Parts: sequence; C-alpha cells; structure tokens
Amino acid sequence: MAEKQTVRLRVNGQDYEGACEPRKLLVDFLREDLRLTGTHVGCEHGVCGACTILMDGLTVRSCLMFAVQADGAELMTVEGLAQGDELHPIQQAFWDQHGLQCGFCTPGMLMTVYEFLNQAEKPSEEEIREALAGNLCRCTGYVNIVKAVQQAAGTLVETGGH
Amino acid sequence: MKPAPFEYFAPRSVAETLDLLARYGEDGKILAGGQSLVPLMNFRLARPASLIDVNRVSELDYVRPSDGGLAFGALTRHYRLESDPLVAERCPLLPAIARLIGHVQIRHRGTIGGSIAHADPVAELCLAAALLDAEIDVQGPNGSRTLQPDEFFLTYLTTALEPTELLTEVRFPGLPADAGWSVQEFARRHGDFAIVAAAAVLEAENGVCRTARVAVAGGAPTAARSPGAEAALVGQPLGTDAFAAAAEAAMAEADPESDLHASADYRRKMVGVFVRRALEEAASRVPNS
Repeated sequence: MAEKQTVRLRVNGQDYEGACEPRKLLVDFLREDLRLTGTHVGCEHGVCGACTILMDGLTVRSCLMFAVQADGAELMTVEGLAQGDELHPIQQAFWDQHGLQCGFCTPGMLMTVYEFLNQAEKPSEEEIREALAGNLCRCTGYVNIVKAVQQAAGTLVETGGH
Repeated sequence: MKPAPFEYFAPRSVAETLDLLARYGEDGKILAGGQSLVPLMNFRLARPASLIDVNRVSELDYVRPSDGGLAFGALTRHYRLESDPLVAERCPLLPAIARLIGHVQIRHRGTIGGSIAHADPVAELCLAAALLDAEIDVQGPNGSRTLQPDEFFLTYLTTALEPTELLTEVRFPGLPADAGWSVQEFARRHGDFAIVAAAAVLEAENGVCRTARVAVAGGAPTAARSPGAEAALVGQPLGTDAFAAAAEAAMAEADPESDLHASADYRRKMVGVFVRRALEEAASRVPNS
C-alpha cells in the first residue's frame, strides 16, 4: 500500500484534515474520511454527475479527482446549501415541484443548479435543460426538475440571490 | 472500481516535471485535467506506476496573444476558451467548438494540452488543431520541438510524444476578419462524444472561394484536414454544387470503423452531411456573401 498523504481542505466553511492514499478519489474522501455522505458516487467515470461539487467556486466531478489534488482547496458540497433547518431556495423548489424521486442524482443536480443560477437570472427552458445535461436522472423524466429550477430562479431573483 | 495504487508526484514547475518524466516517464503518466485519464484508471484500463500531476505547474496556465493568433499553456482549462474575450476576438471558432466539449463540469477541469495529448479521434480540440494547423510545442530531456498536427497525431489515442516529453504549449492562428467559419457536430445528446464532426473556414472574393480549410473528426483514426474537399472548393463559386462536390470528396477520403455507436457506412454518410452543413454555415458567414 502506498504511503498516506495529508490532505487539508475547507468544506462548507469548515477546515478538515485527513490522510489517505494518493489513489483515493475526492468523492470517497468526502464520504468515508470526512463522513460527508451527501455527495453521491454513481458511475465513477464522469458521466452521471451525481458527485458534482464546487471546488474553488467551479463545479467539478469529484469522482474524477484524487483527494490529494484538492489539498488546500475550498469545497462546497450539498451539505453547505441549507441554513440549519431552513432549506436553500433551490432545495425548497425541488421539494415543492417533486424534482426528485429516489434522490440519488439530487446532490449533483443541486450543485449544478446552484452554480447555474449564480450566472443566469431568468434562464429559458432550453438553457436550463442544457445546464442540466451533465446530470443524469433515471426517475423523473426531468420535467419536474426543470420546473424546480424555474421556481428557484424566481425565488432567487425576488430574494436577491443566494 | 477504484484506481490501482500508484506513486504520486505533484511538481511545481516544468523543469521539475521534466526531471520526473526522465525518471518515471516510461511507466508513468502525466495527470492534467484527468477527465479522460481518471475514468480509465477507475476502470483499471490504465494502471500507471507513477502519476505526475501537473495541476500545480501554474506556469503552464495562460492564454497569450501570439502573432495575430493565440498561445495556450498546456494546463489552460477548456472553459477559458469560452470565457476569454481575446479568444473570441481572434479565433471565434474556438469558443464555439469548446462549448461542444462534454459538460461544463468537464470543461472546468479538462485542459487544452491534455485533450491534444490524449488524441481522441473525435475530440473537438484535436479537430480544431487539425483544421487550423495549430503548432504543438513539446519539451523533453533534449530540449524542445514544435510539431504540426499531422506529425503529432499518429493514430487512435496515439501521438508522437515520447514518454519523457511534456506538451507545453499549443498555438492557434487567428481567423482572417473576412473568413466565414463553422463547426458542426453530430452526437446523440448534447455533451456526448461526437460520432462525426466537421469544421470549415472559407475566404471568398465576389462569391468565389479563395481559400478553404475543411477538417473532419470521426472519419479516420485521427482528426484531419480533407485535401479533396478543399480542392473541390477553391476557385469555385460558393454554392450547392461546390458544397456537394466537397462533401463527396470528404466521404471518399473517409475510412471510418464500425463501433457500438455507428456503422462505418453510416459514419461515412454523416461525414458528407456534416461537411456540407459546415460549408453552408461557413459560406453564410463570409462578409458580403
């Protein structure tokens, strides 16, 4: 077994330190070492989008990175969306519009939508569908997810953003 | 699955990277954006003994003006092609083609040098490099050399890069102000790998084609220009007849293989269709056409 390396990073505003082999994927480090199990691991080859997180402000696939590569980085995961018991407007919209069934894809969807709605104030349905193209959902048929994004876009404009 | 164990190095400079390549390059791999390599490692289709991670080699992350064109450090991420105003001004084809690369999450990590060095035959940046005769700089233990795409891309996923060499910079020429251009890609869904893609740059005088560049991805083991299609255009009035002749020539030159996604015959047919569409759009963008 290769020697473990120290990884220090910030997740959702909190500092963490762990040690892992260089081959450990960032998503597995989050889930197994930091016990942040909100981020899901699906296809492990960058296609399904379930493991999408923000690294230094940009969405990335956490299954296509090694944890050691994130040493010193600032991450945001799905756990960083809600304020205590109060859901983030994007989460609330997914709840209201039934934008999930089994929920497996939801963490990745939420992080993708979080970044998207930071940049797009009044997205068209086509723009929303393109933004979601990198996240697969096997349950919903996407219709309610698109509705949720539309609701969230409206709420965020009303309340002045994230 | 999970990657097999490897020895991990994270150099901070090109010099340090070259030292590591000299020692470990034969059984090692450079890790840049990782959007192709890490899936292969997760499935254990690739098991490099050493991984040389260049993500902290910040001297390779830049977009600079170069002779009317653009020089990209190998570590420059794909999304910079979409967002950098200098790229849009000098070579608007590049932002258009970059938007076809995977999804935004992929473009945040994937690098220009990594895509070129991976040499996927349907990769958008390999198509752009072939179309525009990009210059590819590599550095190795014996100094540096510059290669043209037809020297660099050898066959499927195979380049002229030696195990001890590092791709450091890719230079694209600017597009002439009076050129019309187009990129047309055929994929099952937005963000999927292309089945076939075609790109064209045309210049014309009084409706007659003066220069033509046509390149195809998915018709051969590497993305490449189509000399037959270009010859069918130069000196001809830009219109249906010339486009049909060029599409015919590109199809005749194509030698695709069948796979899970499409048969060879279908791919060849699509080469014709997408070359024609690229020419129609490029011609419509030639000023005063």
